[in-house]
Amino acid sequence: MSGPRLGVVVNPVAGIGGVVGLKGSDGARVQAQAHQRGAVHRSIDRTRRALSVLAAQAPTCHVVTVAGPMGEQAVPAGLSATVLGGTARRATTADDTRRACARLLDHGIDLLLFAGGDGTARDVLDVVGERCPVLGVPAGVKMHSAVFGTSPVTAGRTAAAYLVSGARLAPAEILDLDEAGVRAGVVRPRLYGALNVPVLPGVQGRKVGSSAAETADAAAIAAAVLDEMTDVEIAVLGPGTTVGAVAQRLGVTGTLTGVDAVDLGTGQLLVADAGEQELLAAVRRRRCRVLLSPLGGSGFLLGRGDQQVSAMLLREIGTDAVTVLATRSKLAALGGAPLWVDTGDAEVDSALSGMHRVLTGPGEYMIQPVLPADEAFAPQRA
Amino acid sequence: MITFPQRDGHARDFHQARWNEQLIFDLGSPGERGVVPPASEPAAAAAGEPVRRSLRNRRNAAPRLPQISQPQVLRHYLRLSQETLGADLNIDIGQGTCTMKYSPKVNDTFVRSPEVSAVHPLQPVDTLQGLLELIHRLERMIAEISGLHSVTLQPGAGSAAIYANVSMVRKYHAVRGESHRDEVITTGFSHPSNAATAKTAGYKIITLQGGPDGYPTVEALRAAVSNRTAALMITNPEDIGVFNPHIAEFVRIVHEAGGLCVYDQANANGILGITRAAEVGFDICHFNLHKTFSTPHACGGPAAGACAVTEELAPYLPSPVIVRADDGRFDLDHDRPLSIGKVRPFYGVTANLVRAYAWISSLGAEGLRQVAETAVLNNNYLLKKITEIDGVTAPYAEGHHRIEQVRYSLADLHEETGVSSGDFGVRLGDFGLHYWTSHHPYSVPEPATIEPTESYSRAELDEYVAAMRTVAEEARTDPEKVLSAPHRGPIHRSGQDAMDDPETWAVTYRAYRHKYLGEQPPEVPRWIPPAGLPAKQRPPRAAHR
Repeated sequence: MSGPRLGVVVNPVAGIGGVVGLKGSDGARVQAQAHQRGAVHRSIDRTRRALSVLAAQAPTCHVVTVAGPMGEQAVPAGLSATVLGGTARRATTADDTRRACARLLDHGIDLLLFAGGDGTARDVLDVVGERCPVLGVPAGVKMHSAVFGTSPVTAGRTAAAYLVSGARLAPAEILDLDEAGVRAGVVRPRLYGALNVPVLPGVQGRKVGSSAAETADAAAIAAAVLDEMTDVEIAVLGPGTTVGAVAQRLGVTGTLTGVDAVDLGTGQLLVADAGEQELLAAVRRRRCRVLLSPLGGSGFLLGRGDQQVSAMLLREIGTDAVTVLATRSKLAALGGAPLWVDTGDAEVDSALSGMHRVLTGPGEYMIQPVLPADEAFAPQRA
Repeated sequence: MITFPQRDGHARDFHQARWNEQLIFDLGSPGERGVVPPASEPAAAAAGEPVRRSLRNRRNAAPRLPQISQPQVLRHYLRLSQETLGADLNIDIGQGTCTMKYSPKVNDTFVRSPEVSAVHPLQPVDTLQGLLELIHRLERMIAEISGLHSVTLQPGAGSAAIYANVSMVRKYHAVRGESHRDEVITTGFSHPSNAATAKTAGYKIITLQGGPDGYPTVEALRAAVSNRTAALMITNPEDIGVFNPHIAEFVRIVHEAGGLCVYDQANANGILGITRAAEVGFDICHFNLHKTFSTPHACGGPAAGACAVTEELAPYLPSPVIVRADDGRFDLDHDRPLSIGKVRPFYGVTANLVRAYAWISSLGAEGLRQVAETAVLNNNYLLKKITEIDGVTAPYAEGHHRIEQVRYSLADLHEETGVSSGDFGVRLGDFGLHYWTSHHPYSVPEPATIEPTESYSRAELDEYVAAMRTVAEEARTDPEKVLSAPHRGPIHRSGQDAMDDPETWAVTYRAYRHKYLGEQPPEVPRWIPPAGLPAKQRPPRAAHR
């Protein structure tokens, strides 16, 4: 067994709620409901499609997977496979996914191909982190994370290209929505962390541009925004990789999913992964600027995963101290849709609303509308 | 009544030549020559020697040019030409935004005539009256077509014309003491050269994104304008073929803020003879003669651009301008203190000015309008046919007609089959057809931009659609065939990574020898400024990617 080793994990219930209009598949009750509505397990088929492409393009590749619907059933004839333990149940849980990932990692794999949606990506993130490169076969309902191939076929093709020729790795944001909220007409996406994905043409956030160009663009944005903040003492850095590039340029270790404050005078990180009170203490009576970037796909700017940047904080430093950063491809992917804010304070939301200049590069801006989220996601308009 | 046969187009059974031709540097042998000139007479050589020695910049060694004889050169380039899909060879409607139209061959005969080919730009103007008259007449034609007052034909390309435009904007504000205006507004679907040239000229770029109809809202524009606004630089119809009906209001808002309005009419193919830059109050516009007025694209040049301006901005045009004296003679006016100066030596790309003049003259006003009407009709015929292909849509302004081009989306086909628009285009090459996606980043997912112009017959449009339909079917039944294309082209698939990564590029043979063969490039002698030369003040270095 000398070829490259591909770990395969399928979430058999992924996507089951989507086709029957349940907006997701999290939880046993929703899955049972989906079965009642006649849903089928499509993630196994989609994985098989990806692996068939892989078999043709990387025939020496060896699959490492678990038994039953979580992997073995999706391996097409012609691919050699090692099957570790597993479950015969189709109604698998998040724990099953995590356990399977841990088994494959222990066995040793060069790339993990998982099939599912954002929920599955989160489970993979919990276990895999930075231990192994990851690629997703798009099979879920919600797929805002930047870890998926653009289709099952491209996922297979990309996995083959990576295993045969290798590629640079780049962190991809893992986002998820609260499904109960979506069903009630409220979108609450959150950034959970990042997985390493191969930088190849077929991989991208399903709604965001290529990760290679994104990294370069984010670095240019970071340089530009620091040039513009000559009279600012404290920079509050929101979540995400775009704002993360600012921390990187400043040479401090920021928190990808949290909010940090940096003293630009000394270049010191004041507080990392700060809560509202810590931020309030850091910014008091200082000239401040808050750097935010919208969540890819949904366009949420405030109120989803960054509640620390609270209405009280924004009242303290002024809503005009907010600078929005985004790569051009991230904005382009919104297709003209607005950015959303939801601080829980109607007055602050309204002050933040209107047309904003989003910094997209050195001396480059895009005009982007910002709206209070409750205006947009009212259930009757869903 | 004439009836036309109803025919379905067929994808062609095509195969392109594959020559595996080496680089010309790898052909030939040392000492091989195309022409061996006779040796100089000893007396002549002796007479020349002092001059030769007096040359300060004489090279020490001969340049490393290819050494190859005539027949091999001819075969080399003929082979390469068989490995391309140019506008004279394929149904070149897949290069949207580029306005690939027929360049009538008869116009080349005028360019080859001695009145054009045998004159020298340094001749006294008294001996160039015919050529000056032709350029002057072409200027007046462009003025009429745009509705504006004065025209220059000096720029050597479309983007050079836009750069001339933004230079005039900069000078105009500087003369009025308004150099604080440091922002240029453009739109996401305007041709990217607008943002690029303005950035090069030192401006900040504010981009308005298209709304649901494809063009930006008036509110977005209002949020962008201020006393920092130098200009609005906009394409209309935009690169997705949608015309912004609020353009007059856009111009008014920018004028009220003190900015100038610059119309990118590189491609005016959908509106020739129908509307003009002047009708909505634009101050400046430009045309690419190779887009709108049929001169050849020539693989990236030489092209020619025309800039047209209002009477108020005429003093800022590049120098010199051609003037006509009372006695009817033409002269060059260099005495223009407000001019932005030269944008290209001498008269511009004269050969293309002659071709454009011939093309416009052969059509007349009615003919120009017919060009636009035919181009728009062809485009809407294609819109209907192409959106009938399963998996292909035309986002934005749904249900409406388009002007001269459409940016389609293959997102549905991609989702279903894994075949991206880029893959699709490569496979279309197997049917002898060229196909382009769009500028980056993609605002339309999996885009394809098709622009048929007036130069293609219905049978040709049908053939193109048939080939697209064939590839779309293959994507469903045999995606591997599409993904591994080209199968009948001159090369196998090239890696996109190599195209995107500057580390792999070698744009000259010297760079190739350095990067790939490991040769050290020769030390280039550096220019040393004479003592006492004042150092030029330069702006701080900009942040680059």
